[in-house]
Amino acid sequence: MKRSELIMGMPITLEIVDHKDTEPFNKIFDYFRLVDSKYSPYKKDSELSQINQGLSKENWSSEMSQVMSLCEETKALSGGYFDVYSDGQIDPSGLVKGWAINNAANLLKDWGINDFYIEAGGDIQISGKNESGELWSVGIRNPFNIDEIIKVLKLTDIGIATSGTYLRGEHIYNPHDRTKTPSVIKSLTVIGPNVYEADRFATAAFAMGSNGIGFINALPGFEGYMIDENKRATYTKGFELYVA
Amino acid sequence: MKKIVIGLGVLGIYVLYSLGIRHQNPILAKPASLSNGNGASAGSGGSSVATNNSNSSTSGGASASTASNGNQQSSATSSNSSAYKDGTYTGAVENVYYGNVQVAVTISGGKITNVKFLQYPNSHYTSVYINQQAMPYLQQEALHSQNSNVQVISGATFTSQGFIQSMQSALARA
Repeated sequence: MKRSELIMGMPITLEIVDHKDTEPFNKIFDYFRLVDSKYSPYKKDSELSQINQGLSKENWSSEMSQVMSLCEETKALSGGYFDVYSDGQIDPSGLVKGWAINNAANLLKDWGINDFYIEAGGDIQISGKNESGELWSVGIRNPFNIDEIIKVLKLTDIGIATSGTYLRGEHIYNPHDRTKTPSVIKSLTVIGPNVYEADRFATAAFAMGSNGIGFINALPGFEGYMIDENKRATYTKGFELYVA
Repeated sequence: MKKIVIGLGVLGIYVLYSLGIRHQNPILAKPASLSNGNGASAGSGGSSVATNNSNSSTSGGASASTASNGNQQSSATSSNSSAYKDGTYTGAVENVYYGNVQVAVTISGGKITNVKFLQYPNSHYTSVYINQQAMPYLQQEALHSQNSNVQVISGATFTSQGFIQSMQSALARA
């Protein structure tokens, strides 16, 4: 069974193979709504908005403090390229999406559900097998033609996330030089141990421009597929193991 | 027929040009060194290869692949070059994988005497250079459309609230 809902400004899809009831779907989508209510930079009453309006650290929820320390850790691991501070405001969206998908996947596993995927805005946690009892087949979207798939992967128990640009606008910036947009790279797909890890390092590596794929290559347990504006793909050696 | 021959010559230049960029030779990529015909080694070598290719219809790719090694001038003669009609011919805009290229070829005395780049991609040297530094740990390929059915797709999301908000605020300022 498969269901999609629009939450956090993006379509979120959950497909479960090894359970038939609708209850897990309700709970998972409720969870995403809860995350949105806490971390949305656009909801005035969200905890994040309160922080940006001056809520002091002592008053942050323990979960918020945890997320913020994960952001700090990611910033350190990426040489400063992952940065949640912009124009004096904190926006941890680059980490919260993957983190929330991963938390939702762990909830499903706690409930004894193992064959599923959760996809939110192009970032996916894959678990177990599909309804044919095979590995899940996952496509990578062509950033030049969104109706097209340019790679088919066979995956299980893994996370995959893609960072990219929209037409000529960029949505990820180099924190070391905000005037310099990473326009050379069109999209960067990262496969990692889970979607939280894949997403945060895809975000950081994309901000590195051409060097991003080298950064992913140097990370043990991660593979990457980078597409540049010349319609050329550069990928890590281990990536081929996942290609269908 | 003449136009075909000239066209093949221009095509040879395209191939040479794209390979030249791949070999990260900035001299080759500068149109000035090609149009002068007496630039630094790779530039002048490239220019002469392209000229020679106009005399042989199918060797463009093969000759171009050795262009980065330098001189090919002696391998071809200009036996039938007198078939060209003098003048300047502007080629179509071509996508040569790294961007658009458009050239104008000048024929004088039946020979190609000048190739001028009207359009060329000029912003990619750095990225190609950096990628090659990361070799051999990384591999490269051209994008190919896949027809297989997939169950789920990974791609950058552009429908996010953040993007919409950012657009709206930008438009509000406009």
